[in-house]
Formats: sequence, C-alpha cells, structure tokens
Amino acid sequence: MNLEIDRARQAEAGASEAAARDAHRAARDAHRVARDAHRVAVRFLGVDFAHREAEVLKNASFHVHEGEFVALIGPNGSGKTTILRLILGLARPGAGSIEVFGAPPELARGAVGYVPQSMSFDRAFPISVEEVVRMGRLSGTGRDCLKGGCSDVDDALAMADVADLRDRPYAALSGGQRRRVLVARALASRPRLLVLDEPTANMDEDSERRLYAVLGSLKGSTTVIIATHDMDFVSALTDVVLCVNGRGGEEAPGGVTRHASGPVERVSSGHYGGAVLQVLHDTDLPDDARCASCASVDPDPDPAAPPAPHGGER
Amino acid sequence: MSFFSAIFDPAMPFVRNALIAGILSSILFGVLGSVVTVKRIAGLAGAISHAVLGGIGLALYLSAKKIVPGLPPIVGALVFALISAALIGLVSLKAKQREDTVINALWAIGMSLGIVFIAKTPGYADPMSYLFGNILLVSTRDLVMLAVLDIAVIFLAWRYYPQIEASAFDEEFARTRGVSTDAVFLVILGVTAIAVVLLQTYVGIVMVIAMLTLPAGTSGYFARNLAGMMAIGTLFSVAFSVAGLAISWGLDLPSGAIVVLVAGATFLAVSALRAGRKA
Repeated sequence: MNLEIDRARQAEAGASEAAARDAHRAARDAHRVARDAHRVAVRFLGVDFAHREAEVLKNASFHVHEGEFVALIGPNGSGKTTILRLILGLARPGAGSIEVFGAPPELARGAVGYVPQSMSFDRAFPISVEEVVRMGRLSGTGRDCLKGGCSDVDDALAMADVADLRDRPYAALSGGQRRRVLVARALASRPRLLVLDEPTANMDEDSERRLYAVLGSLKGSTTVIIATHDMDFVSALTDVVLCVNGRGGEEAPGGVTRHASGPVERVSSGHYGGAVLQVLHDTDLPDDARCASCASVDPDPDPAAPPAPHGGER
Repeated sequence: MSFFSAIFDPAMPFVRNALIAGILSSILFGVLGSVVTVKRIAGLAGAISHAVLGGIGLALYLSAKKIVPGLPPIVGALVFALISAALIGLVSLKAKQREDTVINALWAIGMSLGIVFIAKTPGYADPMSYLFGNILLVSTRDLVMLAVLDIAVIFLAWRYYPQIEASAFDEEFARTRGVSTDAVFLVILGVTAIAVVLLQTYVGIVMVIAMLTLPAGTSGYFARNLAGMMAIGTLFSVAFSVAGLAISWGLDLPSGAIVVLVAGATFLAVSALRAGRKA
C-alpha cells in the first residue's frame, strides 16, 4: 500500500515536473519567436509567385537576420531577381507572406536600398553623379532630397568611393564607376537593408575589388542581400547562402534552399575582390540554421537551458 | 515694313499677339518638351496631337449642323486629347505588348475622323490651318490660356522635380522610393494633351511635336541637368520663335513651318558638330 502511495506521489511529481518543463519550453520558444521576429530583416513564408502563368516561386520560405550578409545564388532565370522585387515591394506574391523588418514590403521601402542589375539609361540624359546619389534620398512626393549640404549624400559618396566623381556627368563614367554610384545612391538613405542584383556583372577586377571593399565596410551594420548567378563561389563576407532552386530544380522546385559554404584552396585572383568561399551544394541547412547565433547574443530567460543546435554555415 | 516695326504698329495687334504667343509657347516647349524628351514619350505626344484633329472636326460638324450650336473647335480638341491621353496612358501601363499598335491606331483614327467630319461640315472649313497652324488666329483668350498653362506647368515642374527626374532616369528605382511613377506618367500625358491643344494654333497639330522635342533636344547638348535643359530649351525656343516669325514675315512664308525649320536646322547642326567633335 505504501509502495503504491509512493509510486502515485512520484507519478504526480513527475507529471507536474513534465508540465513545468513543457511550460518552460513553451515560454522559451515564445520568447525565441518574439526575439527572432524582432531581429528578422526579411521573412518569406510559403511564397508562390507566377509570371504570366509561369510558376517562378513555389512555397518559398526563408528568413534573414539583421546584419547578415546573404548571397542569393541560382542559375539565370531561377527567380533571384523576382525575390529581390518581392522584397522591394515591386511585385506581390500570389500566395504566402513576405515581411521586411516585420512590415509588408511596401511599408518598409524607406529602410531598403536597392542597386539594380543593369539600368538602361538615356546617355543623353543630363545628370551629374551627385544628382543621381541625391535621388537615393527621395521619398514619395517630398522635395527634401534637393536640399544642398546633405551629409547623407556626402557620406554615401565617400563610402562608395566616388566622392571625386560627384560633379562629373553620370553618362561619362565607366561601367564600374556607374555601379559604385548606384551603390552610393542606395546608401544615401542610410538603409538597414541593402539589396544588390548581380552587382559585379561585366565589372573589371579593380571595380569589383572596390565594390566589395565598400560592402565589407557595411558588414554587420547593414543587412546585405546580393543576388548572383555564380553557383560555385561567394564572397568571404557571406554569412548565409540561399540557393533559388528554379522551376527545374531537382529538390523543391521553385523553393529556396539554405546551403553551407566553406573555405576553398584555389580560385582566380580578384574574384569577388578577395577571399571567397565555396558553396557546398551537398550540404543543406535548416532555415533556422543561424538562429543559434542570435541566441548567443540575446539574453535568454533560462541561461541553464541547453543551447540551440549549431547550424551556422561556417 | 520689317517684322520688328510691325510688332509696335497699333494697326497690327496680331503681330504682337504672335510674338507673345511665341514667347509663352516657348516656356511649354522648353519645360514640358524637356520632360517629354527625357521620358522618351515624344511618340505618345505625337499620337495625342494628331488624334486631336478628330475632336476639332467633330466640334466643327456639330456646330455647323446646329446640333451643338457655337461649339468651339478647341473644346472638341480638348476632349479628344484627354481621351486619347487616357487611352494611350492605360495601354502603355497595362498592355505594353500592344502599345505601338494601339498608339498608331489612335493616331490614324483621330486624323481620319477629323478629315471625315470636316468634309461633311457645311460651309468651308480649312483643315490646313489646324494641321499646320496659323499664328494670325491667336486671340487674346488664347494668350491668357497659354499663360495659365505656363504657370501650371512651371509650378508642377518645380514642385515635383525630384519625382519627374527620378521616374525619367530610373523608373524602377523611383518606385522603390515610394514615387507613384504611373501617376507621374499619366499627369505628364494629361498636361501634354492640354498643351498640344493650346499650341496647335501656333505651329499646328502636325508640327507641335517637333517643337516639343527640338528645342529640348538641342538644349540637352549643353545642359548639365534636367532643370538646365528646361531653362536652355526655353531660351532656344524663344530664339527659334522670334527668328522664325521674322523670317516668315520677311519672306511671306507660313510662320509655323518656318519656326520648325529653324529649330530643326539648329538641332541638326549642333548634333553634327557634336558628332564631329567626338569623331
């Protein structure tokens, strides 16, 4: 009889311990979700997108934390530019949800700087480098971007290493110089997120090195997403590699897969302006692979709780 | 009597009106013409200007047939201009693959309607004066309307300069900065439609598009930015107008055609000089 009572008491105690553990785990998860939501710069959740009835994205889900340097890779036509356009609010998904800093993309535009892939422009358009960069401070119907003596414009010109070109006609620049001017334009609004579409396409080595030096100076303070069709290597600045599978992808067609990356022994000099990483296509990572690094930064309600599994790419 | 003596002759107010019309038109040619040029919508403006003849013909017909007695041609022109601007704008924004076809269709249908209505209008109506303009027809009311439109265009260009510049330079980037580029485009088309109607009295609907592009195109070689292009384009346009009017007066030739020829010759000469300097 006593044995039975003891067993019953132990069972009761065990149950209450389990319940307490469950409650604690739930509280910790809720805290993580809340903390994660605060730190997430971009979140795609089950996004579908079709262009003229051709499916481009299918159930694409991923998220990017603030301060991360992200390489968005994929073959031509896989949907990289579509993803960037969705982030910028220039296109809307057919299904799923997209958040940029916790808000719909259209409402977060002020926090996002954009460097387009290739900008066809009228060479007869009379405009100086400074005026192009000033355009980056444009907001809706405002005229503030016209005000002279703006430190944001000066800083952006200096950061992108084009301060000495400020009075030159934009049409008179080389392709690499023009690309850096467009980076300066994107930086003029002091964005929290910088989005670049194939920034080094048709760029010479020196321009590429200068561009990546600019991006390196932003690392950690600004979230950077770079789309590139180079499937094998990414800049050593990269924290996260997201591979857009494309419609013909063998795995999760139309989706986005997180890949690991690792050091590489030999690459051609000047590639991405310096050190590079090799994309490890055979090593897929869960979408929360880098959420662990957030846990180490943020205060946790239970310091004794076991650390989240290590999932960083590097 | 020389052109410059005639300007101050009280017996010939139409000459003074012609000069004032030329100067007031120059502001539209310089400012609006620069926007049309950098937005690369000269073709759309051309379609609107030619479709206007349909409205002029319809107004003349309705007035002559006493269906709408006293209906001035300018009202029909305005209605057709705004309708064609709206159609062209919507087609450009929504159905780019059919843009050329629709624009050319509007161009041709508008002109054909105008010719048919004018042919069926009782009495004499000269389509040539509408097609090629007649500066002697410029009235004080026309001058007032031109001045009001000048003020409106200068205000819009000043107030929304960054939006106009950005949407013309890089439309996609402008959208990422919250600029409603579609609205900018439609307003530019609408203002151009109204301007075309008022300016057709001066150089005619066939040649108004030439004056919306030639002074601005010439100034583009000298200007450092869009604002400079507008200012220099206006000065060029004033020079072309005064020179054209003086030459047409002296040689007894159609003023609208001479103004366009002076503008065209200057543009080609500057272009050739620039091309020669580069080579």
